[in-house]
Amino acid sequence: MVKVLETGNHLVALAARSARVEVVSAYPITPQTQVIEKIADLATSGEMDVEYIPVESEHSACAALIAASITGARAFSATSAHGLAYMHEMLHYAAGLRVPPVMVNVNRAIGPGWNIWCDHQDSISQRDTGWMQVYVSSHQEVVDTLIQAYRITEDPSVSLPLMLNMDAFVLSHTYMGVEVPEVEEVDRFLPPYKPIWKLDTRIPATHGSVVYPDDFSETRQSMHEGQQNAKGVIRKVASDYRDVFGRWHGDLVDEYMVEDADHLIIAMGSIAAEARVAVDELRNAGYRAGLLRVRFLRPFPVEEIRKACLGCKDLLVIDRDCSYGIGGVLFNETKAAIYGHVDMPAWGIIVGLGGRDVTFKLIARSAMDAWDRKLPEESWRDSHVTDAHKVTREMLERFKREVS
Amino acid sequence: MNSEKNIVGFITSLSKPKRGSSGKTGEWRVFRPVKDEERCNQCLLCWVYCPEACIEKDGIEIGYEYCKGCGVCAQECPREAITMVKEEKW
Repeated sequence: MVKVLETGNHLVALAARSARVEVVSAYPITPQTQVIEKIADLATSGEMDVEYIPVESEHSACAALIAASITGARAFSATSAHGLAYMHEMLHYAAGLRVPPVMVNVNRAIGPGWNIWCDHQDSISQRDTGWMQVYVSSHQEVVDTLIQAYRITEDPSVSLPLMLNMDAFVLSHTYMGVEVPEVEEVDRFLPPYKPIWKLDTRIPATHGSVVYPDDFSETRQSMHEGQQNAKGVIRKVASDYRDVFGRWHGDLVDEYMVEDADHLIIAMGSIAAEARVAVDELRNAGYRAGLLRVRFLRPFPVEEIRKACLGCKDLLVIDRDCSYGIGGVLFNETKAAIYGHVDMPAWGIIVGLGGRDVTFKLIARSAMDAWDRKLPEESWRDSHVTDAHKVTREMLERFKREVS
Repeated sequence: MNSEKNIVGFITSLSKPKRGSSGKTGEWRVFRPVKDEERCNQCLLCWVYCPEACIEKDGIEIGYEYCKGCGVCAQECPREAITMVKEEKW
């Protein structure tokens, strides 16, 4: 174990080395660039034994990632925002072929308007591709989750790819002192990848040719079962990791003061770290608050959410995304999970889009307003009209004058 | 959903080559490859190149049940022993 002072992005590269990643295919994009710069450095200096494939686009990056994976190699990539969107077709392909690569997505807003800062719209938009999705909230968790990730994806009962989501700049570009396990230490936790099937001339088979209506649905049900199986694997892997390395960041969820809580906050990513401070503030103000940090959006921790909500009076869900036309995705999926099991009022707030700062004060204030019944069911809690918005308003005024 | 009989287990789109799994594709053919027995020296390049694997190695017989008439064999034959002939003229 070495203690290093590094950026979240560089830590991703170091963790990939510790996990004995064999093939990396990637294309640079802000704010992910430092990840693959560092991997290229490590590969060039001989510190990391890896086949590094610089490709011409993210679509190709994901295609090469899949190709590496079906030869039986441990494959890794990293991207962000529009890069992830460009991979969309290949994301379905990776999950459909049941290969187990891991990819870091540095969460960044999707344009227009052009914006390199953090929100979860990029990964939320890839929710239904069949990839597992985990959201982390600290630098140490980035490292530990990446190492755990291959144990999860490569489990034969899962055999699905995983997207590790970390918030742009909040985690990607800030420096923190973090413990990175050495390769030999990780060997005791993470065995070499043994695929169910790989490209092999001795056992010739092909993947992805035509599948007729009579055979198709089962391939999809199998992916859903893989995700469901992953729940148990994720819990086991997190607990094994704690036994070997002594660190715990939660499994499908991470709980903070949930046990005796009357009021529950549910959030993901770095906002959830901020919400932890908000819980302390709320407790000081006389609210028995607790925090359920959702780590895995897929598979979704339905059972954990039901259990945490049981016995609580009300709920505040924080989204850093929006499914236009219905609202926050975490809010709506939480409601779907508890429907018919726990009957409680719930509030949803959408905050922090495009890198807007979300403070524990804003979270605590929103929680108090919600639980004091002063908030509408859903609200864009940090919205305000600025000078930059005036151009749009001028155009609207001009339009109104012309049509009247 | 989670009852034992409803679980399908690990199923993917993995498949193995199988004769005629897409039907008799020879019916799609517009041009038919016709071999000139006198010019052919049995070099087997057509057998190597045929993307549908419908040329038999023994005797270099073209399988017209599955040959789609793509013409790759005629193009590759170094002795111009294969000619593409329009089906209706055959």
